[in-house]
Amino acid sequence: MRIATSRRARLGALAAVATLAFSACGGGSIDDATEANESQAAESGGECGEINMAVNPWVGYEASAYVVGAVAEDRLGCTVNYKELKEDVSWQGFGTGEVDVVIEDWGHPDLEKKFFAEEGDGSAEDFGPQGNVGIIGWYVPPWLAKEHPDILDYNNLNKYAADFATSESGGKGQFLGADPSYVQFDEAIVNNLDLDFQVVFSGSEAASIEAFRKAEENKEFLIGYFYAPQYFMAEVPLEKVALPPYTDGCQADPQDVACDYPETELKKIVGTEWAGSDSTGVDLVKNFTWTNEDQDVVAAYIASDGMDPEDAAKKWVEENQDKVDAWLS
Amino acid sequence: MSEAGPGTRARVPVEDQQLVDPPPTRPIEPGAPPPVVENAGLSRWIPALAVVVAWVLVYFFTRGNHTLDLPSLSRTDLHDRLTGVQNGLLEGRSTNPVMQFTNAIADGFRSTVDWLQRLVSKPAFPRPVPQIGWLGVTALATYVGLVVASWRIALLVLASFLAFGVLGFWDASMDTLIIVLISVLLSVVIGLPIAVWIGTNARANAVVTVFLDLLQTMPTFVYLLPIVLFFGIGTSAAVVATLLYALPPIIRIAGFGIREVSTTTIEATDSSGQTYWQRLFKVQLPMARKTIIVGLNQTTLAALSMATLASFVDGPGLGKPVLQGLRVNDVGTAFVPGALIVLMAVMLDRTTTAASERSERVARGGTSNVARRRLVVIGGGVAALVAVYLSRTYVTLAEFPTYSVGGRISAGVSDVVDWIKDNLGGVTGGTKDGITEWVLNPVQSVLAESPWFVSFAAIALLSLVFGGLRALVITVVCLLGVWYLDLWHDAMITLNMTLFATLLVMALALVFGVWMARDRRVDLGIRPLLDAGQTIPPFVYLIPVLALFGPSRFTAIVAAIVYAAPAAIKLVADGVKGVSPTTIEAGRSTGQTTWQEITKVQLPMAKGSLVLATNQGLLYVLSMTVIGGLVGAGALGFDVVYGFSRSEAWGKGAAAGLTIVLLGVMLDRITRAAADVRRDDGPGPRRAFNVRLPIGPPR
Repeated sequence: MRIATSRRARLGALAAVATLAFSACGGGSIDDATEANESQAAESGGECGEINMAVNPWVGYEASAYVVGAVAEDRLGCTVNYKELKEDVSWQGFGTGEVDVVIEDWGHPDLEKKFFAEEGDGSAEDFGPQGNVGIIGWYVPPWLAKEHPDILDYNNLNKYAADFATSESGGKGQFLGADPSYVQFDEAIVNNLDLDFQVVFSGSEAASIEAFRKAEENKEFLIGYFYAPQYFMAEVPLEKVALPPYTDGCQADPQDVACDYPETELKKIVGTEWAGSDSTGVDLVKNFTWTNEDQDVVAAYIASDGMDPEDAAKKWVEENQDKVDAWLS
Repeated sequence: MSEAGPGTRARVPVEDQQLVDPPPTRPIEPGAPPPVVENAGLSRWIPALAVVVAWVLVYFFTRGNHTLDLPSLSRTDLHDRLTGVQNGLLEGRSTNPVMQFTNAIADGFRSTVDWLQRLVSKPAFPRPVPQIGWLGVTALATYVGLVVASWRIALLVLASFLAFGVLGFWDASMDTLIIVLISVLLSVVIGLPIAVWIGTNARANAVVTVFLDLLQTMPTFVYLLPIVLFFGIGTSAAVVATLLYALPPIIRIAGFGIREVSTTTIEATDSSGQTYWQRLFKVQLPMARKTIIVGLNQTTLAALSMATLASFVDGPGLGKPVLQGLRVNDVGTAFVPGALIVLMAVMLDRTTTAASERSERVARGGTSNVARRRLVVIGGGVAALVAVYLSRTYVTLAEFPTYSVGGRISAGVSDVVDWIKDNLGGVTGGTKDGITEWVLNPVQSVLAESPWFVSFAAIALLSLVFGGLRALVITVVCLLGVWYLDLWHDAMITLNMTLFATLLVMALALVFGVWMARDRRVDLGIRPLLDAGQTIPPFVYLIPVLALFGPSRFTAIVAAIVYAAPAAIKLVADGVKGVSPTTIEAGRSTGQTTWQEITKVQLPMAKGSLVLATNQGLLYVLSMTVIGGLVGAGALGFDVVYGFSRSEAWGKGAAAGLTIVLLGVMLDRITRAAADVRRDDGPGPRRAFNVRLPIGPPR
């Protein structure tokens, strides 16, 4: 047994070495590449340096972040460090220099209070809109809007309340609340509009998407909090239910909200220290702006076609040189 | 995913005699009737039933009053005060001396990880590739497997490392291994001294146990934000989060091993006038060696189970692609890296176990031909070094070639899940609705819609019935804590889901456990599935489970069962297997049917294991609470996710986390007390309780 073991081991080792020797012949030399890298590093000046780009956990954000990152790397020679973080952690990182850019912010009054100069420690600042417009609201799957068009008006929702009931909604109609990361007033809206609904929270974006997908496939009744731009809208184009229109101040008291969500200009937030540096990346981020359609294209590359975010971004950048040039001028 | 992970199987050879019920010591004469097992348990069900009936009666007259219901997105003053603590830390971060100290430590972690990454997983500039390429790393790892264990293990290691690369996750796998390695090393350095302390000092043990309970049951989402404050984002946070979760098993298990060293031995050696240190290093540590290694094994698996959670704060490794799969709602994308985590767990588990067995043999002087071994060690070493050299020279040997097989597996898994969804969707929906309406909702009403003091009194009385006075005291303390934290209503909903899921887990455990114990082939066939169920990150199967059941409490229960049932099944199977064959033979000779044999002999004799399985089932299920919050189960799990997602609600998340801890301690102590009442269990289960205590997946 012992003898067999060690002999086998020796044979194995020999075989391994032999295979290596053979396969090694095919490979290029690492030394050459190293020298090339060294000389390249000597040539290019470090005008841009490093950009720490937060990547918040949704596909649309990934699209924005990697497009900016691709331009920064390929055109400005920056080193972009992508950091996968939730919103709160990203903002915490501005003060320590671990995060420089949040490229798509949906509005975080609480974080602004903590980190903007007026009330907080001044480690972060608003870098203007990035062009996308967030359309938050109550949505239903398309089959439902088609079959019962009157459902798109909140006044008719009570008529269908019983159809929306699920095992979770305690006899009332179920309204599917979203990931708790998002600002939601649905419990108040349901109350104040006297809707016979119960808000049930999906708890995550994945759960909400899967619920809408299932509802469309099986023609189930479902109404819930959703938003655009979102890659899923390309797969299942949800229809928005009209609530009383948003007016200034109608969301002032969370308890009294009885109106729709406002259209939200998505913003860029950057670290104050980085914004004050002479990195050429600062102007790129400052100038970056694109549309919901642009983002949807890249998001679809990632989510539907299964591309790497980096490859998806490069593809879009190649196809849209004119837009990219505008950011760099 | 868990520390009881795949270890349970591999440990059996080492642990056989201790973990599983020892065969009864009562002498059994051949041909005698099977021993009469006292039905001590039955009588307790009568007062328990009385309590429940009274509870339901009171519920009918008082329901809906004083339920302490708090809307999902609302917070109380207490929660805001807790948030204030976190905000205070944040505001003072530039001047806080503790944070400056911890940030210095974090820098150390960062540079260590970075150095190791340049060594094996990321380009070491100006080189286009890491210092050591895949071939060198694989050869070295295989060589280590060969030297510390056996050629079988070496093959397993070789296959695993090749799989990391062929499936397209070489870099991520190396990163995960680096984080696990560092955390385990630190766990040993920090944990062993504490283990010695609690192993030799009863009072220290009592104090430290409280902290260990806290660390093992507190959901990670609660402490990720503070960790980021103290240690920064990324690798350093990943190391610390992993360390905190991996530390308890080694302290607990090693401490228990040291405590268990027989007093006779210590007294005998003491009489020869040894010093404290002599006693420790010459007697206690060597005699506890086996148990300490079990602890090390469990610590390693616990560390691996944090891989996905650490990625929530940009921790490197296989967790990132898993979370990407969740982001694009594609089970296929998450499956391959998830499966690699399972493979890594199996590899680490089998290797550490085999290594400890080998060193055991060596310690006993059972080594073979020294010359031959020397040849293997030197020859293998030279071969590995040659491989390292080659991988430093040629690009193809440094950078793993790209294969399409990983992508094809992803697509295949997605297709299979789609097929299941399309063909089973109707059945699953009906099951969910039926169970929710007829079981889940009625019980939840009694628990959560009774006035809080009614539920309080009823639960306390039940704990008295099942666990006696000690359990009552602990239950009252825990429930008072739950009440104080302002999340009573959510806690009752979570408790309901936990109890129901555990019931299903135990039903599965009884069926499959007995089946496995009675048929070796079934055992061999099912074990790998159980290992996978315990170690695969829950984020991988969330999407298919959601697709089948939609966001609901039942979905959360299904997810919890996938995770918790394997552990319970293994414990029951091992317990039933441990029933002495003599006893079974005796029964057979009296003409018992198979059914009688199972219900009258095997199960009653293995009841220590059944109680243990229930205890572990409860804690495993409870540890999935936060995952439940992500799939629409609401209650405490949602509160934790809410607190992690929005800084203004951190306090509510923390309160929910503490509530989960209190529920865990309460359920644990009641089941332990219930086990202790049955005095005829022998030391087996009691030992097992100590060796496998509260274990959880990343939450």
